Amino acid sequence: MAEVALIEASKSYGPVEAVRGLSLSVSDGEFVVLLGPTGAGKTTTLRLIAGLERPDQGNVAIQGRIVTQQVPAERDVAFVFQQYSLYPHLTVYDNLAFPLRSPARRVDEATIRRRVQQVSELLHIEQKLANRATALSGGEMQRVAIGRALVREPAVYLMDEPLSSLDAKLRAELRLELKRIQREFGTTILYVTHDQVEAMTMADRIGVMNEGALIQVGTPRQIYEQPNSAYVAGRLGMPAINLIPAGLLGIDAAPSQARTVGLRTEHIRISLADRPGPRAEVQWVEHLGDQNHVHLKLAAHSLVTLADPAQQLHAGDQVSIEFAEPLYFDEAGKRVGADGFRGQP
Amino acid sequence: MAQIRLENVAKTFGSFSAVKGVTFTVDHGSFFVILGPSGCGKTTTLRMTAGLELPTSGRILLDGEDVSATPASARDIAFVFQLFALYPHMNVRQNIGFPLKCQNYPRAQIKSSVEETARLLRIDHLLERRVGGLSGGDRQRVALGRAIVRRPKAFLMDEPLGALDSEFRRLMCGELRELHDRIDATTVYITHDQLEAMAMADRIAVMNQGRIEQLGTPQEIYDRPRTMFVADFIGAPPMSFLGVQAAPRRGDRSIRIDGAQIEMPEVFEDRAEGRFAVGVRPENVSFADASPLRGRVIGAEYLGTTQIVTIDTASGRLKARLPSAEVVRVGEAVGLALRPDRLSLFDEISGQVLQSALDDGARRG
Repeated sequence: MAEVALIEASKSYGPVEAVRGLSLSVSDGEFVVLLGPTGAGKTTTLRLIAGLERPDQGNVAIQGRIVTQQVPAERDVAFVFQQYSLYPHLTVYDNLAFPLRSPARRVDEATIRRRVQQVSELLHIEQKLANRATALSGGEMQRVAIGRALVREPAVYLMDEPLSSLDAKLRAELRLELKRIQREFGTTILYVTHDQVEAMTMADRIGVMNEGALIQVGTPRQIYEQPNSAYVAGRLGMPAINLIPAGLLGIDAAPSQARTVGLRTEHIRISLADRPGPRAEVQWVEHLGDQNHVHLKLAAHSLVTLADPAQQLHAGDQVSIEFAEPLYFDEAGKRVGADGFRGQP
Repeated sequence: MAQIRLENVAKTFGSFSAVKGVTFTVDHGSFFVILGPSGCGKTTTLRMTAGLELPTSGRILLDGEDVSATPASARDIAFVFQLFALYPHMNVRQNIGFPLKCQNYPRAQIKSSVEETARLLRIDHLLERRVGGLSGGDRQRVALGRAIVRRPKAFLMDEPLGALDSEFRRLMCGELRELHDRIDATTVYITHDQLEAMAMADRIAVMNQGRIEQLGTPQEIYDRPRTMFVADFIGAPPMSFLGVQAAPRRGDRSIRIDGAQIEMPEVFEDRAEGRFAVGVRPENVSFADASPLRGRVIGAEYLGTTQIVTIDTASGRLKARLPSAEVVRVGEAVGLALRPDRLSLFDEISGQVLQSALDDGARRG
């Protein structure tokens, strides 16, 4: 059964359509990530589910019940915000216990103690329980904020970029933790981010959003390997997919509607030897530590691919380009030419 | 522009020692990044450089002149916080000109400075527009314009891109660095984001618990970390460590891990006893059926282009970055090859690296 469903939901703020006819369902125990740039409508979508906003059209269902007209407190959801908001005058323990002490819940203190202890261990803040919330580092505060949602056991957790203010190492740790917690407890999570690595590593399914609409929904592998549009193809991959005018590569097999060809870096091979196929010039090699990016110029177009550490390349070198598994996109950016492929709405 | 030098600068707040004696020089025209986790003292260091905090001890020199006790307003340094704070009721011209207006510059001079700055940032066509209707990128450029319009001696930036989404951040990294070069600025930039640091810095200082752990170019810090902290902080995922059996001897060119003899850069130090570990980055690990170094796959994270595979060995847990086309089965036993010329050897007790041939300028193409 769908734990959460949005049915043709729309929301405008004045002339701005923040969410446009969006339908999405999250199953019990599923981890769904909405991925998109700032302004795509991700946060508004979460707020519609939480009841912090009312849709202009459409409905919200939680555990099979339409809750569109209910206030947030009546919906069984917990929200983790991007900016942690803790009670500065309370200790970490009391911050974590706060949601359970709400008069509406009537949880006894022994149960509260057990839940707080359990959650604080999970998030590695058990040593800090007696600290004032203000005597914590930013990373610890955010863990307390996540913990405050975890102590409750709602039907669904709604998380709005909860990791974006943390440093890379902590982010990577909490990514794994969150996924582990979700798997172990079978929690249902709808998570919003602009970080493709978070989406790829945590999601059972990713929903790619742009300009208020859901462009494609699928498993990370489906989204990466079978994008339904140039937009989706460009959202995932480091370095980003190369989108090149179809004519430049001279592919005989290209479908007639193809205007743009997408080439992922792992499907491009460059060599200094004179091979048949298009030729490009090395612009520069960018060292980013774990990856070295080669910037190439193919006619007037830029191409970025990963450098093979064993290959000595210098600016000005002429290279041959070989490629495999091209993706074709038509004038409107829609994927074409893949037999039997239908992008989900 | 300017040279900035900190000498043994320390800062305590009550009994808490936030910065414990840091020394570094930022040369005129260079882009210097202080990188570290939250709470490492990087913001305090930057605030002291700006004059927003006074050091408890040590000296701060701006172009050779001791400014340790000079208030922020007299230091001629521009401090850039997160680049969002624009005045919504003013247009682009008024936003950029605001710092000059506050200092009662003549109108004609404000006009020419604002226009020159806008040209530099390629937003001169937007001067009469309200900031509300601008795209995210243009808003950031306006905020930058406000910082550079005064032409200060140096820019200090405190995670200016922290609020942006990742793609956009990458784009702004390129623009910031290009702008820095174009106006021949001296910049001190702090961040916890290693990608920002790697992409922009001439030199990086990695801070931990109030101290500088390592100071070097991005490539040095990545390829030849001086401490296990740096090795572990830099890289996504970070370096993995495998415990070694015997204490290393000067001249060793290989080391025993879990019964396997593993080639590595020549060791330049003699050690009698202790605990030691080999550090290896994920991209330098590959599967090799015949290798005597064995492990078991316990997980694979799909990232599209590549996958991160976690492998347990008898000597520790290892992460490998492999092409996603490579078939990996959880639970499978595998042989492992480590790229010999890329291995670091650490003293696990002190956390310090041992001198080896890796330091002899291992370069990559």
